[in-house]
Amino acid sequence: MTLHMPPILAYALRRFAQAIPVIILIMIGTFLLLKLAPGDTIDALVGDMGGADAAFIDRLRAEYGLDQPVWVQLWRYMVKLASFDFGWSFVYEQPVSTVLMERLGTTLLLMATSLSIAFTAGIALGAIAARRAYSLTDNLISVLGLVFYATPSFFLSLMLMLVFSVKLGWLPVGGIKTIAAFYTGWDHVWDVVRHLIMPTAALSLIYLAFYLRLMRASVMEVADLDYVRTARAKGAGEGRLMIHHIMRNALLPVVTLLGLQFSTVLGGSIVVETIFSLPGLGQLAYKSVVQRDLNTLMGIIFLCAIIVVVVNFLTDLLYARLDSRIELK
Amino acid sequence: MTVTLNKTKLALAMAGVLSSAAFSAYAAEDVQKGGTAIIHMNSEQRILNPALRASTGVYNITGKIMEPLIDKSYDGYVPVLATEWSGSEDGKTITLKLREGVKWHDGKDFTCDDVSFSAIELWKKLLNYSSSLQANLESVDCPDPHTAVFNYSKPMPLALFVAAMPDLGHPVPKHLFEGTDILKNEYNTAPVGTGPFKFVEYERGQYVMAEKNENYWREGYPYLDRIVWRFMTDKSAAAAALEAGEVHESGFIGVSMADIERLGKDDRFTVGTQGYENNVAHSTVEFNHRNPILADLKVRQAMYHGLDIDYAIKTIMRGFAKPGRGPVPSAGGDNYTDQVTTYAYDPELAKKMLDEAGYPVKDDGFRFHLRHRPAPWGEYTQLWAEYYAQAMKEIGIDVELLTNDAPGFLNGVYRDHDFDTANGWHQFRSDPAVSTTVWLRSGQPEGSPWTNQFGWKSDEMDKLIDDAASELDPAKRAEMYHEIQARSMNELPVIFAIEHPFISVTSNKLHNHHNNPRWNSSSWYDLWLEQ
Repeated sequence: MTLHMPPILAYALRRFAQAIPVIILIMIGTFLLLKLAPGDTIDALVGDMGGADAAFIDRLRAEYGLDQPVWVQLWRYMVKLASFDFGWSFVYEQPVSTVLMERLGTTLLLMATSLSIAFTAGIALGAIAARRAYSLTDNLISVLGLVFYATPSFFLSLMLMLVFSVKLGWLPVGGIKTIAAFYTGWDHVWDVVRHLIMPTAALSLIYLAFYLRLMRASVMEVADLDYVRTARAKGAGEGRLMIHHIMRNALLPVVTLLGLQFSTVLGGSIVVETIFSLPGLGQLAYKSVVQRDLNTLMGIIFLCAIIVVVVNFLTDLLYARLDSRIELK
Repeated sequence: MTVTLNKTKLALAMAGVLSSAAFSAYAAEDVQKGGTAIIHMNSEQRILNPALRASTGVYNITGKIMEPLIDKSYDGYVPVLATEWSGSEDGKTITLKLREGVKWHDGKDFTCDDVSFSAIELWKKLLNYSSSLQANLESVDCPDPHTAVFNYSKPMPLALFVAAMPDLGHPVPKHLFEGTDILKNEYNTAPVGTGPFKFVEYERGQYVMAEKNENYWREGYPYLDRIVWRFMTDKSAAAAALEAGEVHESGFIGVSMADIERLGKDDRFTVGTQGYENNVAHSTVEFNHRNPILADLKVRQAMYHGLDIDYAIKTIMRGFAKPGRGPVPSAGGDNYTDQVTTYAYDPELAKKMLDEAGYPVKDDGFRFHLRHRPAPWGEYTQLWAEYYAQAMKEIGIDVELLTNDAPGFLNGVYRDHDFDTANGWHQFRSDPAVSTTVWLRSGQPEGSPWTNQFGWKSDEMDKLIDDAASELDPAKRAEMYHEIQARSMNELPVIFAIEHPFISVTSNKLHNHHNNPRWNSSSWYDLWLEQ
C-alpha cells in the first residue's frame, strides 16, 4: 500500500475544516444545555458551605459574571474560546487550562492501557474462539465474555476493591500514588502502576468483551469466504491463512468499534475514576456537573470533542491501511 | 439517644479538659510521637480560608493550620489566640486580650493588627453568617499589640460573640492579605496560620497535606508529623479504605449508614457521635405557606401527628438521633428547653383532624396532593423524604417526590418557591442568633438558602427574634429563646423533626480523638497515632 503525502495531507486538512463547525455546535449546544440545569455554581457552593446570607451570594454571583443574561455569557465564553482561553475555574480557583492539563495525563494513561489491553486481548481471544468454534475452549471464552459484558463497571470496581484491597491487602484502594510516602524514580513508577491495576481492569474488561464477541463473529464470517478457500487451495499454512487472510479482513468492524468506543471509554472512566479517586478528567467532569463549574465542564467537553475527532481521523487512516480498496478522499 | 460511645472514654476526655495538666500527665506515658494521620473527606473544598468560608468542610482541614480566637471544649469556651474577654455595660464594646509570643507560620508576630484587619475586612464583609452577625461592628481598636477592642453601634451580647468565635473568629495574617484582592488571594488555597500544623500542598482532586509546626506556641505539641486529607467521593470506596487501613478517620457521616453499622461492630474502629455536640442538625419538614391547604395550622399539626419520629430515628438514623423540640437543639445549652407542645404519632387522630379541617378523602383515595422536594444532603435526607411520603400516604395525603441535586433543590425551594413541602437540614451553629432564627424571621431576601422562604410571617415572632439578638442578660435571652421554641412548636412554620449529630468512623490507632464538641473542626494538637 503506497500512500503519497499530498492526498493524506489534503484529507487531513479537509477533515480538520469539517471538524470546526461541529465543535462550535457542540460547544454552543452544551453551554445552553448546562444553562438549562437548575441552579449555578454559586448555589452549589453555598450548598457545600451549609449556607450563606443573601448579600454574600449576590456579591459572588456578580464577581463570577453570573448575573449577566445567558446570551451575554455565551458570547463572552465563545469569544474567549476562539483564542483558546478556557476561562477560570471557580471551584479550583485556577485557570481551567491548568486544571485540565493536570488531569489529562491520568485519563489518557488509563484509557490507553485499558483500550490496548481490551483490544489486544479481545481480538486474540475472539480469534481463538472462532477458530475452535463450538469447542470447550470457545464455550469457556464466550461465557467469560458474557460475564464481563454483563458486569457493570461500578460493581466490578467495588468487588475488585473488596477482594484485593480489603481482604488480601495486595493493592491500594484508590488514588494515583501513595500520599506521604514520597517515592521517587522507579519506586514512584511502580507505585503508580500498582494504583492503576484495578481501575484498568475494571475499565477494560467490559470493552474486552465487546471486541471478543465482535472478533469471534467477524472471523467466523470471513473464514467461510471464497478467497480464504482459494488461499487454502493454493496451499497456505493455517498460521499464514489466519494472520494474512482472515484476521486482516476480520479486523475492519473491530476497528470501527474501537473508534466509536473511544468516546464511551471517556464516559466509562467517570465511574471508574470516581470510585478509585483517580484525579482524571472523568472524575473532574462528574464533580464539575455537581458543582456547576461551567467553565471546567466546557473545557472538558472541548478537549473530549477534539480527542474524538482526532481518533476518528486516525481510525479512517487505519481503514485505508487495512483494506487497500478504501481510498482517502 | 443510643449513642455508642464509651462512657469511660468520655469521662476521661472530660477530665482531661477540666484539668489539662492532669490530662497531659496521663497521656505522656504512652503517647507516641510522629506519624501521618490520613483523614477521609467526601467533597473537595474550594477555598481553604475559614475567615472567608464558614463551613465544617473548611474547618476540618484549616482548623489544624489556622486557629480561632476562642474554642469550645466539653467544659465551655477556652482561650486560644485570645486569652481573656469581657464586655462593657452597654454591650457596645467587647475587649479581648490576645496571646503573646504567637507567630504566624512565616515567622511574623501575631498581633491585634491581624485581628482588627480580619474582623473589618473579612468577618464583617466577606464571611458567610458572620457578615450578618458583625453587621453592627464599627471598628476594632488596638490600644496595644495584644489588646483588641471591638466597637459596635448596637449592643452585642458577649455570650453571642463568644459562642460565634470558634467558627467565625479565625484571624488571617494581615501582612499577606492587606492591599490584595482578598477573594483571589493566593493564601486562600495555601493557608498561613498560627496552628499546630503548617500547610504543605494541595493536590486538586487528591489531597491536602500539612506538616508539624516546630514552633507551635503550645510547648511539646503537636504529636503528629503530618496530616493528609484524602478526597474520596465514593462512600463505599471510603469504607474500603478505612478497612484497608489507608484512612484513619472519616467524619461527618462520610460512609454509608450500612457501613457505619457494620464498622461499628468491628473492634478496629470507634464509631459514634462524640465530638459533634457542636455540629448538630435537624432533619426538617418545610411547608410552603403560600399553599392555602398548608397555611391551615390544623393541617400542619395533623401531618406532624402522622409522622412516626421514633420509627424514623431507629430505621434511618440507626438510633444516632433524637426527636426535635423546635428550632433550638438540645446542644443549644441554656437556650434550649423541652417544655414545648409535642405531637405524638397518632394516624387516627391525624385523619380526624384533616377531616375536621375540611379535607376529606376524595374519590381518588386522597385528601390532597403535594409536590415535595427532598434535599440531596446524603442518606438521611433522602430516606427521610421517602419515609415522609409513605407516612403521609397512610393518612390520605399523596406526596410526589421531586428529586434534584443541590443547586436544583436550593433554587426550587428557596428562590423559586416551587414546592409544597420540602425536607432538608437546619444546621445549628452554637447560638440561635447565628443561623437558626433566620428560619423563622420574615423579610428574608428572596433566594437566600436556609432562611424563611416559606411565606410564613408572625409579627410577635419577628419582634422576639430581634429582641433576643440584642439582649445582654443571658438569662433573659435564654427565656426569649424558650419562648421562640414554644411558639414555633405551637404554630409549626417548619417541623424541626429530628435532631442528629454527625457520625464518624475512627481507627483505634488514633488516640485523643473526638475529645471536644467540635473535634473535626478543632486543631488536633494532642492527636497521636499508634504505629
